[in-house]
Amino acid sequence: MATVTTPTRAPGGVAPVGYVSAWSRWANEHRKWLFAAPAMAFVAALIVFPLAWTGYLSLTDAEGSVRAESEFVGFQNYVEVLSDTDRFWPAVARTVAFTGVALLFEVVLGMAIALLLWRPFKGEKWVRVAILMPLVATPVAVGMMWRLIFDPNIGLANQVLGWVGIGPQPWLAGQHSALPTTIFIDVWQWTPMVVLILLAGLTSLSDEPQEAALIDGASAWQRFRHVTLPLLMPTVIVAVLLRGIDALKTFDILYATKGRGGGSFHEVETLNVYAYGLSFDYNEYGLSSTVLILFFLIIIGSMWALTARKKGAQR
Amino acid sequence: MRRRAIIGTSLAVVAAMGLSACGGGDDSGASKTVRVTLANHVWTENIKQALPEFEKQTGLKVELTQLGEDQLSDQYNVKLNAGSGDIDVMMYRPLQEGKLFAKNKYLADLSDKVKSNADWDFADFQAGPVEATTYEGKPVGVPIITEQEVLYYRKDLLAKAGLTAPPKTLDELKAAAVKIKAAEPGVAGFVARTGKSPAVTQFSSFLYSFGGDFVDASGKAAVNSDAAKQAYAFYGGLIRENGPANVSTDMSWPEAMAIFTQGKAAFYTEANSLYKNATDPAKSKVSDTVGFAPFPAGPAGSKPYNIPSWALGINDSSKNQSNAWTFIEWATSKAQTLAQQKSGVPGARTSVWANPEGTASYPKDLVDAIAASTAGGVAHDRPVVVKVAEAREIVGQPIVDAIAGKDPAAAADTANEAFQKFLDDEAK
Repeated sequence: MATVTTPTRAPGGVAPVGYVSAWSRWANEHRKWLFAAPAMAFVAALIVFPLAWTGYLSLTDAEGSVRAESEFVGFQNYVEVLSDTDRFWPAVARTVAFTGVALLFEVVLGMAIALLLWRPFKGEKWVRVAILMPLVATPVAVGMMWRLIFDPNIGLANQVLGWVGIGPQPWLAGQHSALPTTIFIDVWQWTPMVVLILLAGLTSLSDEPQEAALIDGASAWQRFRHVTLPLLMPTVIVAVLLRGIDALKTFDILYATKGRGGGSFHEVETLNVYAYGLSFDYNEYGLSSTVLILFFLIIIGSMWALTARKKGAQR
Repeated sequence: MRRRAIIGTSLAVVAAMGLSACGGGDDSGASKTVRVTLANHVWTENIKQALPEFEKQTGLKVELTQLGEDQLSDQYNVKLNAGSGDIDVMMYRPLQEGKLFAKNKYLADLSDKVKSNADWDFADFQAGPVEATTYEGKPVGVPIITEQEVLYYRKDLLAKAGLTAPPKTLDELKAAAVKIKAAEPGVAGFVARTGKSPAVTQFSSFLYSFGGDFVDASGKAAVNSDAAKQAYAFYGGLIRENGPANVSTDMSWPEAMAIFTQGKAAFYTEANSLYKNATDPAKSKVSDTVGFAPFPAGPAGSKPYNIPSWALGINDSSKNQSNAWTFIEWATSKAQTLAQQKSGVPGARTSVWANPEGTASYPKDLVDAIAASTAGGVAHDRPVVVKVAEAREIVGQPIVDAIAGKDPAAAADTANEAFQKFLDDEAK
């Protein structure tokens, strides 16, 4: 029959029953794969491949140029990096310290601000906008701005301290004050995000437990400690998770304020800054990949630990 | 069933369209467009203004990418590593990345091209800079900007302190810095780069003038020689004792220059190519009182560096190399070099320095300082190695240690050990 080879339309514009080309039959049978294919190709090309390639590079002595000949050296890079107490371990310590301290301040401050903004008040809109300002600024611009403010000779910070009779501080320029200063900048910029998440959590809480506690004569602190906080715990953990991963990976603020290598004494050199330097300053692609793979494992590990907590809290 | 068939067919159509869109290639073999990547520099600003003339002369179109030094380096690392052909002409730093790029075969061999036009005259280029743009006997770049270290100073502060002439020796420099710092509250006696890596180049003239170098004649690390230890102690001590209060150890030239041009320092040792920042009233509060002097003499005499800071090369993966050369030949021609020199960019051609027109726009004392520097100048301002960034950090460590008040001699010993290990690794 002609309908098998040439698709002619039956009355009513309906395709003839029984006409299915081999291609469309195949496509029909594999629909779920076909529809997912673009996304899968995207993930493969932009996540799986770079990760696998980095993993491969970490096992070679690639340096100078990625296209230059390199030899497979097994786990030699890992031994070298893990026994490096000069740059690697201090960078790990700084990464942990930066993330831990910044996160602590951000969550405590964020919680306090969120509680303040929880109940409606006059001028609420404006206060919210003002608080969210740092969040929308570009981190590099933020870094440049604070670098000017904290300049030890011509900066605003020391000027202000001078008015209240405190001597000039080295801020970013000091060997021991640089890391705390960058933590301050991170807290300044990212506390609003924690506020935002916690506020969303608070708004979704129902009023009844609060009222019940109020009738039972609980003080404000008791209500917060025994009612609000436990109910809000899942949201707090989400905030910690999101912000924690971000803080571990901080690069822009550190690089914009202290430059390559995290300053002359590597004052703010975290794992991310270190790996960048190995790759872009030293052209040590093998070592750099090793650091990045280890860094990746650290992030996965801390994420896993936190989600385990989250499940525990939800139970 | 019917709906399934329709979905299947439309999917097939979409897939086919997608595939056909991927096909087909452009034959960009010898394109009329030359893609030029340049660094932020006065030189680049000048070339940009002259570009229409070049485009009219040759019928070529220039597509220009302009980046800051660090971004430029990163860009090259990414693109050249990937073997990308979408850069034809590249502006690069012969002493910073020249050896690495040439070793990785990123830079095309220009042996035939530099001989192709007698009027362009390759022999006119200064020998030192040409040496720095040559790899294994083959020219791989054409130097465009040269640099020497000179002493920037404040005439008014010197006069107030009763000094009639700028210091001729490093000892005099120190004495004058101490005197001015004591007399002028809020003004530092001396400022210079303090960042571990950026300071190395400006420290090098101190090192040479004390009689040292980064490596000795036999190629061994020499940053712990007596001369080097003295140089580290002198440079670090000068900044520590007579520099700005709370001095940062991250300063490169923009930060150090800002302190000088804000009127907060009396002396500043820096590359002459940046002098416009100090003499331009729009950028400098001290434009009318800044003076220039040759680099002060140390125990081994005055030995500033004299180097090509930037050069033009051709990307070896470019398919448009002959047009790329047309651009380079024009941009480095005698006429262009003279025009650049007149606007304050020190050129690498001997002829422009011999031409009175070429030096007319410079402050008179700067011309004298440059003339003195080119005479006894050392042809490198950092260790001449492949992995320069790493080497700079090693030999720069004693500088920041000295500024931070640690023992410079001990730091130099540690640095020397690390530097020797680095040299051994690189020789492998």
